[in-house]
Amino acid sequence: MEALLEVRELRKSFGGIGAVNGVSFAVREGEILGLIGPNGSGKSTLFNCILGQLAPSSGEVRVDGRPITGMRPCDLNRLGISRTFQLLQVFPELSVRENLLLAGQEHQGSMWSRLAGPRDAGLTAAANRMIGFFRLEALADERAGSLSYGQQKLLDVAMAFMAGPRLVLLDEPAGGVNPTMLAGLRERLRAINEAERATFVVIEHNMEFVMSLCTRILVLAEGRIIAEGAPEVIRRNPAVVEAYLGG
Amino acid sequence: MMKKLAILVAAVALIAAPFGLKPYGIYLLSLWAVMTIAAIGLNLTLGYAGQISLAQGSFVGIGAYIAALLTTQGWPLGLAFAAAIVLCFAIGWLLGYPALRVAHHYLAFVTLSFATLVFLVLRNEEWLTKGVYGISGIPRPTLAGWSTKAPLDFYFFCLLILALVAAAAGWMIRSPWGRAFTALRENPIRASSLGVDTRRYTLMAFAIGSALGGIAGVLYAPLVQFIEPTAFALGLSLNLLLMVIVGGAGRFFGPFLGAAVSVLLPEWLRFSEGLYLMLYAVFVMLLLAFCPSGLLGLGARARKSWKPSSKSAN
Repeated sequence: MEALLEVRELRKSFGGIGAVNGVSFAVREGEILGLIGPNGSGKSTLFNCILGQLAPSSGEVRVDGRPITGMRPCDLNRLGISRTFQLLQVFPELSVRENLLLAGQEHQGSMWSRLAGPRDAGLTAAANRMIGFFRLEALADERAGSLSYGQQKLLDVAMAFMAGPRLVLLDEPAGGVNPTMLAGLRERLRAINEAERATFVVIEHNMEFVMSLCTRILVLAEGRIIAEGAPEVIRRNPAVVEAYLGG
Repeated sequence: MMKKLAILVAAVALIAAPFGLKPYGIYLLSLWAVMTIAAIGLNLTLGYAGQISLAQGSFVGIGAYIAALLTTQGWPLGLAFAAAIVLCFAIGWLLGYPALRVAHHYLAFVTLSFATLVFLVLRNEEWLTKGVYGISGIPRPTLAGWSTKAPLDFYFFCLLILALVAAAAGWMIRSPWGRAFTALRENPIRASSLGVDTRRYTLMAFAIGSALGGIAGVLYAPLVQFIEPTAFALGLSLNLLLMVIVGGAGRFFGPFLGAAVSVLLPEWLRFSEGLYLMLYAVFVMLLLAFCPSGLLGLGARARKSWKPSSKSAN
């Protein structure tokens, strides 16, 4: 089966320092791929290069076999590739519902039709479904900035799914989320994966979360892939233990 | 509901206000309406889309000179509106390009350079603008038999244009565009990752804001009936910036209040004779020190402290 996302020999250096040093991997449709590695191993830089936030020094990224290297983030998003960031990135002055409407509106019609059309861009029902799915009903009309950290994190993830993306790159979705909410988040992500056949790449430090969610894991250290395999294989890999605990 | 009632009361007050006023009072009210239009434009660029501009006064100048040049040659004011909207939109769009590369005080300096450039053109290109001598005898329009020559009639004409501009701006701000502008201001990287074409929205915010500056200029010329370059120097741009910030940047009614403070308050303070500009300066300093979100921010804060907390944080 052809890969949905394919990264070939991707490199990114800042000055003389290589943050990503020739990373290649492929993600199949419907897969949940985990990306782990110690701090500074190049995970977020890799995400930023895939998603157009940073221009890679060399290498290629393909989606459905089509090269997307160097495309702008907004164009990638409209191709069905979505993401969340390591740090919270909701719009604090907008309400929860408005945040979700924003996350979907640019996928509706043209710029001019959005100006002339309805205020919700016809997305209120979709936003309400997303609010229900992530159990944010009681907070729908609250300012996003007034939500707790965990609730904002849920909203952040919900926004990434609002436009029905095929591929979602999640950068530390579990960071700062309490265990109860985390179990809910894992269950929600699994449900979307099964129902929509959405494909995820997940950066995460929370080993329990990533091992229980992902079907395959890549381990990055010093900008290189040092191990790849099923969660139970990775757990026992001596190179991974070495990279995390130091020698 | 309360908001609609407040708008209705304000509209009635604005219609009733000039009756009983001397021509100078009516002139000030008209100037308020004109400056509000320019400030609505800047509020869009700065308040909603978060792009600082020190050049809004220049667009008022471009609009005013277009109106002066065309109407003194016998062309109708409607043509001046069309020409100013098109030209200011195009120049504003181009001025937006630097905003794609630089932000904050760097962008302020780029727009400052533009403001200086426009001033120099207005002053030095005498063949077109008559330089420091200015253009006089700018006629007020007659619309379908309604002459706006008298101060009262021209005030109502300004008020009509303000109502149209406010309705259009209100529509846009509540449309998905308004949401995209807010996203652009709050977090352009996240906005872009959600499909918002930040480049197009940034340029659009500059272009539309500038076009509104141009509309204000087209009204300004027949209001004062004599224009010369110093009226559109940096001082006007700074004054418009003050109006937006004092009123409450990113709040729809901010420019209305800000323009009132800037245009009318100094006049009301004239009872203090020589001290009035100093009192005005102290008022602005105190306001910005204690309420950086402007007068409307002050109002919102007061409402919040009176209202009992409806729900506890969870």
